[in-house]
Amino acid sequence: MSFPWANEYKPSHPAMVWLDEKLPLPRFVFNAVGAGYPVPRNLNYMYNFGVLAGVCLMIQIITGVVLAMHYAANTGVAFDSTEHIMRDVNWGWLLRYAHANGASAFFVVVYFHIFRGFFYGSYKAPREMIWLIGVLIFLLMMATAFMGYVLPWGQMSYWGAKVITGLFGAIPLVGEPIQTWLLGGFAPDQAALNRFFSLHFLLPFVILGVVILHIWALHIPGSTNPTGVEVKQESDTVPFHPYYTAKDGFGLGVFLIFYCAMVFFAPNALGHPDNYIPANPMQTPAHIVPEWYFWPFYAILRAFTQDFLFIPAKLLGVLAMFSSILVWFLLPWLDNSPVRSGHFRPTFKKFFWLLVVDVAVLGYCGGSPAEEPYVIISQIAALYYFAHFFIVLPIVSMIEKPLPLPFSITESVLGKDDAATVAPAE
Amino acid sequence: MIRIFSLLAGAFFSLALLWSAGKGAVSYISEPTPKTVEASFHEHPKPLHLSSDGPFGTFDRQQLQRGFQVYSEVCATCHALKHVAYRDLAALGYNEAEVKAIAAKAQIPAYNPATGEVKMNPGQPKDHFPPVVYGGAGSPPDLSLVAKARHGGPAYIYSLLTGYADQAGYKNEKGEELLKKFPEAKTPDGLFFNPYFANLNIAMPAPLVSDGQVTYADGTKATVDQMAQDVSAFLMWTAEPKLEKRNQTGWPVIGFLLFATALAYMAYRTVWAGKKGH
Amino acid sequence: MTDTAVADNPAQSGPESGDGVRRRDFIYVAATSAAGVGAASVLIPLVSQMAPSADVLAESSTELDIGSIQPGQAIKAVFRKQPVFVRRLTPKEIAEAKAVPVDSLRDPQSLEDRTKKGKEEWLITMGVCTHLGCVPLGTGEGEVKGEFGGYFCPCHGSVYDTAARIRKGPAPKNLEVPPYEFTSDTVVKIG
Repeated sequence: MSFPWANEYKPSHPAMVWLDEKLPLPRFVFNAVGAGYPVPRNLNYMYNFGVLAGVCLMIQIITGVVLAMHYAANTGVAFDSTEHIMRDVNWGWLLRYAHANGASAFFVVVYFHIFRGFFYGSYKAPREMIWLIGVLIFLLMMATAFMGYVLPWGQMSYWGAKVITGLFGAIPLVGEPIQTWLLGGFAPDQAALNRFFSLHFLLPFVILGVVILHIWALHIPGSTNPTGVEVKQESDTVPFHPYYTAKDGFGLGVFLIFYCAMVFFAPNALGHPDNYIPANPMQTPAHIVPEWYFWPFYAILRAFTQDFLFIPAKLLGVLAMFSSILVWFLLPWLDNSPVRSGHFRPTFKKFFWLLVVDVAVLGYCGGSPAEEPYVIISQIAALYYFAHFFIVLPIVSMIEKPLPLPFSITESVLGKDDAATVAPAE
Repeated sequence: MIRIFSLLAGAFFSLALLWSAGKGAVSYISEPTPKTVEASFHEHPKPLHLSSDGPFGTFDRQQLQRGFQVYSEVCATCHALKHVAYRDLAALGYNEAEVKAIAAKAQIPAYNPATGEVKMNPGQPKDHFPPVVYGGAGSPPDLSLVAKARHGGPAYIYSLLTGYADQAGYKNEKGEELLKKFPEAKTPDGLFFNPYFANLNIAMPAPLVSDGQVTYADGTKATVDQMAQDVSAFLMWTAEPKLEKRNQTGWPVIGFLLFATALAYMAYRTVWAGKKGH
Repeated sequence: MTDTAVADNPAQSGPESGDGVRRRDFIYVAATSAAGVGAASVLIPLVSQMAPSADVLAESSTELDIGSIQPGQAIKAVFRKQPVFVRRLTPKEIAEAKAVPVDSLRDPQSLEDRTKKGKEEWLITMGVCTHLGCVPLGTGEGEVKGEFGGYFCPCHGSVYDTAARIRKGPAPKNLEVPPYEFTSDTVVKIG
């Protein structure tokens, strides 16, 4: 759908007219991210992260394809070929650091994007499909990042592969055969490394395809906005180009400053020293941790230390870890408050910020050794995490009394006129 | 329906977590885990300041050459440096002839697949440092990447090399005496006590034992501390040889981005001029 | 509603003095150019990573022991991952090579041009046909040497003489002579 006042693509040059008749690609771009896409005029900087996530995906694909020209997916030489990239390939150090830190940057951006969605109710009708596709993208990103981390075949690569595939071993009856099948052996080795490389190369292009679906689904209802009030009239919107291209250009610059500072001045700050030790199947590192972006989920995995109702602790941890993300798929139906934006939901807003702190605490515990007091803190934090989605949101959305909403986006930007404020209840 | 399911799921996970937390808390109080000897006596690395530190860091080539000398005369007996090639030594300030001379002193094994023989040839600049045959206790790690493969990096190497201590009577900062508190933690024969090593007992005997162990060509006094600093600086270079180029590229990139972002901001403000609220 | 709210193109938003327009256009052009410069400089690492890496460039010389090669024999060695032919010419082959008038050749070079002074029995050339890069025959015992007694490329039929000069077939140039020097009577260093 588009709004009736959307600008129409009118090619002026005869060549462009000709192209528009044969292959209306410029028209497609014009309507997708050009002057033909009307966007609410009140988007704040939190809405920059969608475009930034797309930029991160492109950075990862470009540097990744280039690194694959030099990397060798063979357990005997994978580590050495990574060092060959770092030492001998022209600008290889830059490409590898850009890729490794690019993964972190991608997750930073996507976490902002997800929490933006949590706060502004971006998952609510009529935008459920955008949200569902988004959760799918996140799952694909996690799989891709995990397999990429295995490729240098350092100690953390090897033991990460062993531990994460070991999660599948927790499934009753079929777990161990599945784990053996995933690895193509009884422990990570040549077969596992080769398939991880193949899939790590493939999945980003799958992500790219799903991202296109994500944007397609977005263009049907149009973007949400900080008030959560739907677009009613032309004055509520501005064309994407030049308004948001300019704003995204500025946001991109700010992002690149932080990203390049990491790449050039602290490229190993987010990495783990043990991954500069070649994989050794005979010796486990003292303190196995995944990359920082998995820490909250790793804390949930480790929080289940006791069997419960005859379910082994290991299986519980795995179930909980997967559920902690899969619950996002249910979010549009768990929170049925008629008001979208957290700005107008005083109770929800408090719980939202509690969730932010909670996830940060989970992250801190996930990166710490599995000992007290981190275990008990992560148990409490995990308890709140599940309670937030499964219990708090459904209840709050039923009993909360929202604040009055502005009549329209225009009103919220330019101030109230006499058109009056409508009550939020529907 | 979905709400009933969600309440049940929430209750299930919450109860399972409460059960885990409760049992964990009980056992934590009833049988607290005793503090290990490592937790009480393992030391964090001492501070070490190198010219390569920080975003403006550059290598001190004199120091790298001294460190290379320490590596060659002391460490190289047991530790390999397989990711470094002799040609890379040009970055330490050696000229082509010096690099050739250093390489030629090494014996590089060349395997002949036709005869199955391994022939030793004098090294060429293109060759990497050869493997080191070691038959003693422990397993000396390759040192090429060690400065990035340990928490603390070069400071850890420096602390380890200068951190050997006599275990008898050793006290930590709190004044606790190790062998009185943990009499069973006495360092076994064949290992050496070093509080900077993760489990306090290292198979490597102190490699730098006396001042003047090497004779520096540049006249620097070769104290144990100086040698430890120099070799740590050298190993920082072997681990991250592109550090200087990285810093030197980084600043123009950041400068350009600041400039471009300022322009982008002005363009953004100009585009939005007249749109109230931004 | 105010009138600024309905203007959705900044170029139309209110009256502008000429200076304002010029300043605005300047900012747009400057910002877009900066983005272009940034994108172009990203291409530097992406393009140059495909050039030979430092370890490949370091593989620049090969030493060969040629003491056991008899007149009339040839060996194949490897220089920069490519074959190099070392051939010890017989007096007859030298005479044949010298008998050809240089001006009549496609790539006019004399045997003296292609060998070291006083060592003209040693013909050292790359084993890479100058047509499309195949390895010519003629080094091994019993291999076809072509009608001029030198080398014969089986891919497209280029024929080289006993000084490895192109005589017939599609190749445009003589087989390339790599840089080399004799470090002793029996050792030659290529590269």
